[in-house]
Amino acid sequence: MAARLSAEQKRGIGLVAAPFSYAIMLLAVPLLAIVLFSFWTQDFMDVDTTFTLNNYREIVEKPIYFSLLQRSLYVSLCVTLVTVVLAYPVAYFVSFKVHPSRKSLWLFLITIPFWTSYLIRVFLWKVILGYNGVINSGLINLGIIEEPLTFILYNVNAVIITLAHAFAPFAILPIFVALEKIDRSLLEAAQDLGESKLMTFLRVTLPLSMPGLVAAVLIVFIPTIGDYVTPELMGGAGGKLIANMIQVQFLQLNNAPLGAAIAIVAMLSVTAISLLFVFLNRRWLRGRS
Amino acid sequence: MSELIKLTGVQKYYGDYHALRDINLTIDQGEFFSLLGPSGCGKTTLLRTIAGFEGVSSGTVMIAGRDMADVPPNLRPTNMVFQSYAIFPHLSVAENVAFGLRKSGMSKADKATAVDEALTMVGLAGYGARAAHALSGGQRQRVALARALILKPKVLLLDEPLSALDKKMREHMQVELIRLQRAVGITFILVTHDQEEALVMSDRIAVMFEGEIGQLADPETLYRRPNSRRVAEFIGKMNFINGTASATDEGAKVLVPGLGKCTIPAEQFPQGVTTGEVAIGIRPETLAILFEGDKAPRHEAEAVVDEVVYYGDMTYYDVRVSEVEKPLTIAMKNLIGRPVLDVGAKTRIAWDERSLVVF
Repeated sequence: MAARLSAEQKRGIGLVAAPFSYAIMLLAVPLLAIVLFSFWTQDFMDVDTTFTLNNYREIVEKPIYFSLLQRSLYVSLCVTLVTVVLAYPVAYFVSFKVHPSRKSLWLFLITIPFWTSYLIRVFLWKVILGYNGVINSGLINLGIIEEPLTFILYNVNAVIITLAHAFAPFAILPIFVALEKIDRSLLEAAQDLGESKLMTFLRVTLPLSMPGLVAAVLIVFIPTIGDYVTPELMGGAGGKLIANMIQVQFLQLNNAPLGAAIAIVAMLSVTAISLLFVFLNRRWLRGRS
Repeated sequence: MSELIKLTGVQKYYGDYHALRDINLTIDQGEFFSLLGPSGCGKTTLLRTIAGFEGVSSGTVMIAGRDMADVPPNLRPTNMVFQSYAIFPHLSVAENVAFGLRKSGMSKADKATAVDEALTMVGLAGYGARAAHALSGGQRQRVALARALILKPKVLLLDEPLSALDKKMREHMQVELIRLQRAVGITFILVTHDQEEALVMSDRIAVMFEGEIGQLADPETLYRRPNSRRVAEFIGKMNFINGTASATDEGAKVLVPGLGKCTIPAEQFPQGVTTGEVAIGIRPETLAILFEGDKAPRHEAEAVVDEVVYYGDMTYYDVRVSEVEKPLTIAMKNLIGRPVLDVGAKTRIAWDERSLVVF
């Protein structure tokens, strides 16, 4: 078998072997372990390795898991919506209004939030949104409010605000790339054919930037649903999400099999919704050269 | 024919760059008008000021008696065929053609009929359901034409529409465009850098250089009586010989070195009769090689073949004539029994003073 491989094939296998085994070890093996665990049960300190669906039964029967998953999906969808809606004008501005020689400077500026760690950015939002934080003390000093606002920290809103900020560049960049690819003469053609600037945007720019928009939605939606740090720090009691429950099962309740089952359920939900987006993407990409 | 477009004193600056210099012209209803010039001469800028994509720095653009100063492109009675065709890639052929009909108030069925008619007119009947990206260059151009003509504009603007097509297709589309223009009776304004294309298609041509109009005339006048050396050099091929002229009553006596003396009437001096040093222009096809037994109808001269370029239907000779510094180019049709001369062959050439232009 090996003798029949050409030199080029051998070189290819050699090149690919290291990253491939790395990926197997760090992605496929842990994932398989999680899948296996989800069909086992915790028996005090030991793990009972007989095949069972009890974990999944518990997830379906106890309403807490469903409501946590529901909240996670809600938060992710809100974050995605807020991020993409705010990112689109930024991407549009950089692509259409910024002079070509300045575009890379603008993209560089957009990535500045990444210069500090994710954790520090989350803590900074705590400082901004806190009971004695920047927003509350500012508004009190201006005399606009008398009591600090409480709906902006330690709840779902705080999680949405923080995540939307953290993922903004991920949404801006794919939309920007899609807008950059639009032939500007198409916009002139639409105007020439009698459409106003707004209608030109709705009939030409928006549909042509759809692939970038769908990419942005996927890029923001998929990681936010599994985010653990932000809800832990910003969510308070009422803002915990499915990832926090998984962490609790694994590390605090010592019930790895149930935690694994929750993780699988969360993953399948994300997959289902992502497939819907991918389907949308296909539809929009149809007929593009 | 009534006047449709009137440009008065149009100037256009991009910063310090003077893109259009005092353009004055009128274009009539139903005319096929061409803007011809080398790249960077401002012809596309001029077209875009008519379409409304560029404003003017000063001067006025009137279309159908209305000042267009504050009228955006979407409200002008013009439609454009873009150089890139600008076919919407996310729409089908029929959706592309129907794009501008949104505000027309037509019923769905009427729109479908109009789209079918427009596609039939450009020879694309039955292509409506195709995806735009599945079309060839020539087909894209037809879609762009149908999309513009379906709106029945007063003026159709064409920005180098044929430059992306191969030679055969280009020649075919030239004829199609002329046929189409005659059928719809709409004023066409064509921008091109291809002098042959402009000559074939236009009723009138404005030749532009560096932001100004060098000459505005019908194709024949432009070719036969170019008003300046640069127009003569841009349109077709022309030989130039330095000679001397002395004025007479109805023109000038001109000494053409190597060829001889002749009297040339004033009309062959497009810039007025000058005396002293002059440049004499001769088109290659107005000279002729005299083969054995041929007699020159007017004048002849001795020459030596310097270069032979064989085109199939034509042969272009560069011949040296004593006292003329540069070889003269002569175009000869390859008629039956006519040989192709070799380089170095001694021959005689015929010339005629009626075909000369003197600057």
